[in-house]
Amino acid sequence: MLRLEKRPQPSAAWGWATPVLAVALTMVAGGILFAALGKDPFAAIKMIFWDPLFNPQFASYSRPQLLVKAGPLILIAVGLAIGFRAGIWNIGAEGQYIIGALCGAAVALAFFPSPGWYIFPLMVLAGAFGGWAWAMIPAILKTRFNTNEILVSLLLVYVAEKILAAMATGRMRNPDGAGFPGSRNIAQYPAASNPELIANSGMHWGVVTAFIAVIFAYILLHKHILGYQVQLAGQAPRAARFAGVAPARLVVLCLGLSGALAGLAGLFEVAGPARMISIDFNVGYGFTAIIVAFLGRLHPVGIVLAGLLMALTYIGGELAQFMLGLPSASIQVFQGMLLFFLLAFDVLSNYRIRFARAEAA
Amino acid sequence: MSEPLLAIEGMTKTYPGVVANSDVSFDIGKGEIHALLGENGAGKSTLVKAIYGLIRPDSGSMRWRGAPFTPSAPHEARAAGVAMVFQHFSLFDALDVAENVALGMDNPPPLRRLAAQIRKVSQDYGLPLDPDQLLGDLSAGQRQRVEIVRCLLQDPHLLIMDEPTSVLTPQEVDTLFRTLRQLRSEGRSILYISHKLEEIRALCDKATVLRLGKVVGRCDPRQKTARELAEMMVGTKLHQPERPPHAPGEVALEIRALNLASPSPFGTRLKEVSISVHAGEILGIGGVAGNGQDEFLAALSGEMRAPRGAVFVKGEPVGHLGPNARRALGLLCAPEQRLGHAAAPEMTLTENALLTGAWRQKLVKGGLVNWTKTRGFAEAVIKRFDVRTPGPQVVARALSGGNLQKFVIGREIMQRPEVLVVNQPTWGVDAAAAAAIRQALMDLAQGGAAVVVISQDLDELLEIADSFAALNAGRLTAKRPVRGLTLDQIGLMLGGADEDTDAAA
Repeated sequence: MLRLEKRPQPSAAWGWATPVLAVALTMVAGGILFAALGKDPFAAIKMIFWDPLFNPQFASYSRPQLLVKAGPLILIAVGLAIGFRAGIWNIGAEGQYIIGALCGAAVALAFFPSPGWYIFPLMVLAGAFGGWAWAMIPAILKTRFNTNEILVSLLLVYVAEKILAAMATGRMRNPDGAGFPGSRNIAQYPAASNPELIANSGMHWGVVTAFIAVIFAYILLHKHILGYQVQLAGQAPRAARFAGVAPARLVVLCLGLSGALAGLAGLFEVAGPARMISIDFNVGYGFTAIIVAFLGRLHPVGIVLAGLLMALTYIGGELAQFMLGLPSASIQVFQGMLLFFLLAFDVLSNYRIRFARAEAA
Repeated sequence: MSEPLLAIEGMTKTYPGVVANSDVSFDIGKGEIHALLGENGAGKSTLVKAIYGLIRPDSGSMRWRGAPFTPSAPHEARAAGVAMVFQHFSLFDALDVAENVALGMDNPPPLRRLAAQIRKVSQDYGLPLDPDQLLGDLSAGQRQRVEIVRCLLQDPHLLIMDEPTSVLTPQEVDTLFRTLRQLRSEGRSILYISHKLEEIRALCDKATVLRLGKVVGRCDPRQKTARELAEMMVGTKLHQPERPPHAPGEVALEIRALNLASPSPFGTRLKEVSISVHAGEILGIGGVAGNGQDEFLAALSGEMRAPRGAVFVKGEPVGHLGPNARRALGLLCAPEQRLGHAAAPEMTLTENALLTGAWRQKLVKGGLVNWTKTRGFAEAVIKRFDVRTPGPQVVARALSGGNLQKFVIGREIMQRPEVLVVNQPTWGVDAAAAAAIRQALMDLAQGGAAVVVISQDLDELLEIADSFAALNAGRLTAKRPVRGLTLDQIGLMLGGADEDTDAAA
């Protein structure tokens, strides 16, 4: 019989091995899934993980896409990871991302078409504020009324989507757009656009911000007393209170920070790659970032790697849909499996498996 | 010689990395109170769990009235006539006594009939108990009666009691002992697990002493002194904490009419708590668990805020301050629960050194943690307090209870407190570590700090404290000098009687 036995010390080796193992097993299980759909599993896996980077036919288009997709994922995931370490579960980054984009876009549309160097910085502030404010709703409800931030933040995503649809078809609709839903093209409004900084690199201000956020988060988590308090609160709440950490302050801080970063990601997206507010503006970065945060071991450097990998599955997945006719849902299943395997293997860093005869416990 | 009730022969049980029992053999006779004596980690619990069918030994055999006995689950052991009262009760606060008893039985009769049985058994054995009372309203002593009555309803031949007196007042202990002696006179046997030597000398007929999983001695405890028993248990000569005579200094800690509600619904409200402690004084606070000890510590550590003028450190009001501001003024605390409260289980000793040492040891500058210095502080604590561990990179939960406690108490003492408050400093700690901790507390007081020791171990308090007060249902009695205090007086204080409440200490 198999038994799990707690390790005296968490295993550092397994901590590193689990993400790699999870990716490998996702490929195997994904391959089986694709074979069941009647596709060549090897071709599909290669299409997802290899072709976007190295196939000469696709690489020139898809390589820059890597940073475009990884930027918002990393930016959001870094914020989430800080909260997750404290045991504060912001599941609603998708909603904060939408509200951040709406606030940023509102600034741009208000100034349209006047020029001004200050417009873009103002949009950045508005985007961060929008995400922060949306995250303050679960934060205040939790600290005041002890509600569950998982539920509140998740449900607010659907509220944010409704607001997005209302804005795209209502107040933000392009007056010159012949009645079609969607705002003006912000990317073509020079004072407000978030352009590609180096041609064909995919690098835009959002990616730059993501890397700054990674460095900032690394210092916060590993060098600053606040990062220590965050981890203490997550691991041993009672010890944290004994150490003088105020739990309510931490909730407000973590939700606010992750909300602001998600809002920034939304702003950079709407002013850059997405170009405008539209009904289907959000594509699930806020949810995928949860996988990125865990796949990256809630560690800033790990999150960069995980963000790039998840971006690759997005791009490769689109490619596979397009080239092999895989259903789009199968890619989401694929990403979900990654998180599933990761969490399952995580058991091994704290426990070891023993083969033993049955024993009444 | 008559056949023993239970004979254990060559019992061995290993866990990964630990030999819990190694070739343990002993007999329990009919109508005998048999003491199982040993320090924490000596293997007492493992042995008892094997008898009760909770674990299966790797090798060795048990014979019950001469026949092979291999219980593979507790209900098989119960069917044979073994009953057990655990140290930690498995009772539900929201149910009444009869319902709680029914939950622990294999085939409970209808509640009405059970209630009648409970009344009868509790009368027969001098254990007054009302079957309709809600468990949440009962004291620890009454809760234990529920567990004992539940066992007695099964008409056991062998009753196993794991540290039964750790939650009782001296008066309650007397009642329990009367019951146990009555059971013995009926020909029932009792396996009595404890490390309280005086109790074992007063109650038991035979003793088996365990050390590191092995039987190291058998004796008639009535023929030995407590000191001899302790040395059998520990295996070395015990160091007796000692302290030269001294005169108390200025008032270091003062509490004035502190009223504070507990944040937890099952907590205890502190009522009109007033006391003062002088520099160089050790105040012992006794009381049965759940009478406000945790709340008292939290009110001093700053985890619970009080009105500004309720707590003073060296004349400075601190009631409104948080934990770190109080630490800055020299008021340090070590809570009872080591893992999860005093220390974070998954964090290294270095990280745990930062937990309370951050500000007073200046380990943080401009918000940034100086990890080199923190590690140095952790190493200093490990060295000075003889914490047995490979180094400060080890996570807290990997340490034994005694070693972690030495680290936790050492971490506070190394910060040179003006006032140190500790809750249950030697609970679950082996005798050698306990002696070291007590000596460290006495040295600290000798150096001019005021020390408050909250403990349920009266022997410990009488050994190290200068003055004594008791917590009862959130009220603190006036303090009295330990010298000249009798056990009877202490029992009355623990029970809440206070002859001279007005005589301010």
